[in-house]
Amino acid sequence: MENTCSLTRDTDALITERRNSIITTGKTNTSISCTEDSLAGSVSQRACVFCGARVVLNPVTDAVHLVHGPIGCAAYTNDIRGSLSSGSEMYRKSFSTDMKEKDVIFGGEKKLAACIAELVETYHPPAIFVYSTCVAGMIGDDIVAVCNQASLAYGIDVIPVESSGFISGNKIVGYRAAGEALLRLITPKEGEVIEKTRKLNFLGEYNLGGEKWVVERYLREIGIGINVAFTGDSTVEALKKAPGSCLNLVQCTGSMHWLANVMQQEYGIPSIDVNFFGAENTAESLRKIAAFYDDPDISARTEALIEREMTAVRKVNEKYRQKLEGKRAAIYVGGAFKAFAIIRQLTELGIEIVLTGTQTGKKNEYERMGSLLNEGTVIIDDANPAEIEKFLIEQKVDVMAGGVKERFLAYKLGVGFIDHNHDRKDGLIGFEGAIRFTKEVYATTCSPVWKYVRNEYGETDR
Amino acid sequence: MTHSSHPTHTESAKLVNENQCHMCMPLGGVVAFKGIENAMVLVHGSQGCSTYMRLTNVEHYHEPVDVASSSLNEKQTIYGGEKNLKQALDNVIRVYEPKVIGVLTTCLTETMGEDLNRIITSWRADTGNVDTEIIPVSTPSYDKTHTEGFWTATRSIIAHYAKTGVQPHARANVIIPHISTADIRAIQQILDQWGLAYTMLPDYSMTLDRPFAGRYRKVPEGGTKTAEIAEMGGAPVTIQFGQTCEDSISPGHYLSERFGVPLVSLPLPIGIENTDLFMQALEDLTGKNMPDRLQNERGWLIDAMADSHKYNASARPLIYGEPELVYAYTCACMENGAVPSVIATGSPHSRIGVLLETVLAEADEKPVILEGADFATIETAALDAGSTIAIGHSGGRQLTERHGVPIVRAGFPIHDRVGGQRILSAGYAGSLAFLDRFTNTILEKKYASYRELRKEELLSKIAALPGRECIAD
Repeated sequence: MENTCSLTRDTDALITERRNSIITTGKTNTSISCTEDSLAGSVSQRACVFCGARVVLNPVTDAVHLVHGPIGCAAYTNDIRGSLSSGSEMYRKSFSTDMKEKDVIFGGEKKLAACIAELVETYHPPAIFVYSTCVAGMIGDDIVAVCNQASLAYGIDVIPVESSGFISGNKIVGYRAAGEALLRLITPKEGEVIEKTRKLNFLGEYNLGGEKWVVERYLREIGIGINVAFTGDSTVEALKKAPGSCLNLVQCTGSMHWLANVMQQEYGIPSIDVNFFGAENTAESLRKIAAFYDDPDISARTEALIEREMTAVRKVNEKYRQKLEGKRAAIYVGGAFKAFAIIRQLTELGIEIVLTGTQTGKKNEYERMGSLLNEGTVIIDDANPAEIEKFLIEQKVDVMAGGVKERFLAYKLGVGFIDHNHDRKDGLIGFEGAIRFTKEVYATTCSPVWKYVRNEYGETDR
Repeated sequence: MTHSSHPTHTESAKLVNENQCHMCMPLGGVVAFKGIENAMVLVHGSQGCSTYMRLTNVEHYHEPVDVASSSLNEKQTIYGGEKNLKQALDNVIRVYEPKVIGVLTTCLTETMGEDLNRIITSWRADTGNVDTEIIPVSTPSYDKTHTEGFWTATRSIIAHYAKTGVQPHARANVIIPHISTADIRAIQQILDQWGLAYTMLPDYSMTLDRPFAGRYRKVPEGGTKTAEIAEMGGAPVTIQFGQTCEDSISPGHYLSERFGVPLVSLPLPIGIENTDLFMQALEDLTGKNMPDRLQNERGWLIDAMADSHKYNASARPLIYGEPELVYAYTCACMENGAVPSVIATGSPHSRIGVLLETVLAEADEKPVILEGADFATIETAALDAGSTIAIGHSGGRQLTERHGVPIVRAGFPIHDRVGGQRILSAGYAGSLAFLDRFTNTILEKKYASYRELRKEELLSKIAALPGRECIAD
């Protein structure tokens, strides 16, 4: 059994227990070890269950998002996303029950109930999401009971989100908690009838920098309307109409596959996976959607749109491909969905992927990832800074795509960086996003500043 | 001096904290430990806490900031986190090879009642490791903030190292609050100019703001040397910029109680009077006169104060953030004729209310003072009081977005601008840099809109007059 880590020396300071979480395509016979809890002391890049739930639900614009716990949990996720709203700005407020020592000792249920009452009186929201945190879960506060009581008392949806951080070190568990909360919200109450519509739902789209609106424009041009997105620029009322849709698009699979499956079973809504990151992906996704509607007019308009937009994209890509051809890239992102999109886009620009990985990838996703990559590419699950540093240097990486925590490590090593995280301000979606992506890749990979940085290292050969 | 007392709202009538103005206790502890030479930090709790603290620091300092976690999950929450903490210590030592590990508790491990001292003793017995210094600090955020976390960790570091019976020496202790790395360097430069030998604690000026040179290091060079911390008990004096710090968590107070080191408690040298106090202290300690360079800087500051005083008088600033900074910026505003409208801090545990009584004695309009406040309360107060400009961290960005109140950025965290670590406000030169930023923000806002505003205001007044016959040519 050969494996890259068996080749590394002790002085590389990698952690032995993480040996099976790092593989090299074509060289390592073992399959990657993933979906495990993070190893203690390994400086994982992962956030927590609560964070997973918070990022999925936060873009519901007119709901009150109440964090039941001590102050840190709410403070760190205050206005956390770059999601835009066409209406209410309620979602940008960060509410916390601000548990004190007394609440921890005697229980926080009373305070939670009182906080809900205060929020109902102050803001009259259509719904309140109540997020459980480590401490609330640990002391056994029954947030479900408190929420149920409040729902009855105020006649609105008060929905518990069971997202205690300690449940696991993995955001995916929080995505599921958010999915369950959304399901609870959209399940019709007794006697309620949801109107059927030919519009579709767009799951796993969070309207970062207005990304939902970009796709909405494309779809409208080909003759299809979006019923509601989960959860970008959504409202409580719009989400409740979701069961009436004829189709679910699923983009961020990590956060939304579960909900899409339940909606298929419960409401008979079929779903198709889409990915609007990258021009080729966008074109493919539009064609898939058009095929579902099976209408010659829609198909014709789709092809016309793709033709027009691809011409613009090709022009830009050709121009920059000359400068980018042969550069070497690393990708380290939250989920596999994003990794796939970035691999494809960078490859189209003539860039070779030499290192990739995710925080929350699953076995089958890593297998697919491996099949997309050249031999000798390093794949890491739940990487830490020491590993990223080692492979950025060893693999002579020119540019990295990832989140904020990796950005400055890359810069320290003279590596360009593309932000692909959930608080970005400019969208990367669709054809226009693909153009923005290409320009960003060029701007960072070929920046004159690296000359100075690498000179400090005494390195000029890259 | 007037005798009117200022309203201090320590307790808010509302229960919900809406838009937080402070963060959690271990975050401050992380920053303090980053100021120790060859140190790594390990947060004992679930994975998310350490990631959030990394992110907050990374976004502010624009540097890689590594913070380890014991990554507890459900099982350890029930059976105890001992195994994970021990494993985390092993892994941190293997990868980072630190001399010092600061171990900070979280809400989770505090609630579990984890006994850090026992676990660490047991880990030493297991591993036979006697070389790595491990400093546990209890940092539950149930009613404290990152400010208290910073002071508590700094005090714990001293308590861990400082020994009795140290030979008296000439190095002064200089203890700083949570300030920008530019301000740390400014204070160091002043001390150097006076020729005073000192041990500064904590000194994260190089570890969290690294010049680009040579190979990347996992534990960056810099930080206070532990051998020097060990000798802090033998220092002739402690200068602590921590007037708002309660005695129970004050590092300087600890040095004075335990080792009899006299404590000179000073405000941060922001503004001319506060910087004068620092200079006076240095004159008393060194017996020297103020160096020429500093005399000139003082002169430039006064000159600038005169130049900009009328613009500053038009402003009603809102000042918010950590107590020590808020106090210092309030002083700077007052001496420039910019009477604050609202003064606010998220920390409920500081002496700021009492300290401000004196500073605001001459204020013609009394500001609202808020302690333990959330940002919703601060925003409402600012709008009610007619705040025209704000001084504070990124938490106030919605004030600009929604209400057009510009923010002169100061404090921590600053994640929506570059250079949070380079914001310079300390010393005469720093105070001048701050004053220019402040005045120019007022002018920028005025010049961007005054023609339109005056036109609307004055023409609408003419239009509102009854349409009486006017005498025309």
